Amino acid sequence: MGLLDKEFSDGNIVIAKVDDLMNWARLSSIWQLGFGLACCAIEMMATSASHYDFDRFGVIPRNTPRQADAIIISGTVTLKMATRIKRLYEQMPDPKYIISMGSCANCGGPYWEHGYHVLKGIDRVIPVDVYVPGCPPRPEALLEGLLKLQEKIRNESLRKKIT
Amino acid sequence: MKSPEEIFELLKNEFGEAILGLDKETPTEPIISIDSMQIHLVGAFLRDNLELKFDSLMVLSGVDDANGTKTKDEDGADMISGGTLSVYYHLHSTNLKHKITLKVSTQRENPQIESVYNIWRTSDWHEREAFDLFGIIFLNHPDLRRILMPYDWEAGYPLRKDYKNPEFYKGMKVPY
Repeated sequence: MGLLDKEFSDGNIVIAKVDDLMNWARLSSIWQLGFGLACCAIEMMATSASHYDFDRFGVIPRNTPRQADAIIISGTVTLKMATRIKRLYEQMPDPKYIISMGSCANCGGPYWEHGYHVLKGIDRVIPVDVYVPGCPPRPEALLEGLLKLQEKIRNESLRKKIT
Repeated sequence: MKSPEEIFELLKNEFGEAILGLDKETPTEPIISIDSMQIHLVGAFLRDNLELKFDSLMVLSGVDDANGTKTKDEDGADMISGGTLSVYYHLHSTNLKHKITLKVSTQRENPQIESVYNIWRTSDWHEREAFDLFGIIFLNHPDLRRILMPYDWEAGYPLRKDYKNPEFYKGMKVPY
């Protein structure tokens, strides 16, 4: 993590930059909004369960947007749902991150042409940090998406959020 | 257990003109056509008659027959005027183990059909769905509002053959 190697040989003191410390804290406990939409949500639940264990990266589902750091858009976003997602996103405190999971959330997926009810990509409504491809993505893919998000957070600065 | 012909005869004797015909040339089950303003009376008879006992409405589905005159509007999109919309009722008797399919057609310009909500409670959401996606009005339905599309959806009824998707909904672009 780039923190423990700066430990003094005696005593419990670590010297670090505030940026690194804040980023380390943020990326190690990305609490996600407990929220699923379609078949991707099944994979997301599998990722949370003991076999893949999302919790080892500090990801815990929270039941309210006010306590959440990240939102995983796991499935088909209908136009009706998109208005609700936007509202949930707006209720989350900064800094907040979005993982778009699966083809539907990325670009409409199989509904791209005849889906009269489907939003063709969640990035038309809210800004996405990481796109995870797949239909649905396997838990490994979602885990890699999370690692990419952690990498992104690690390079942030307090002065400016990397977009 | 009754054959479709026997069921048709029973209905014909009871309702006469309201029973429009029996179509046996279907790949699935034979279909009996019913007048759209009498379907609730026919339904009550089918459920309560001791020889029929159709206690279960398995599914109610809307269909756009697209049999009107087809024209193109200025954008080249399909327009259909005239013709019919239909509703199919798939009935099953759990007691007597027989099945029948009913068909009700109504005018596309003013699609109105009597609700069977008071006969089979299953039809509540099914009729709302047919209303939502085809715009068929079910008379005497207690709560006929959209069920799948947003309540404020103003672009029409998506499963009609001449439906045109809007460019935007609440500022969100709809086409790909």
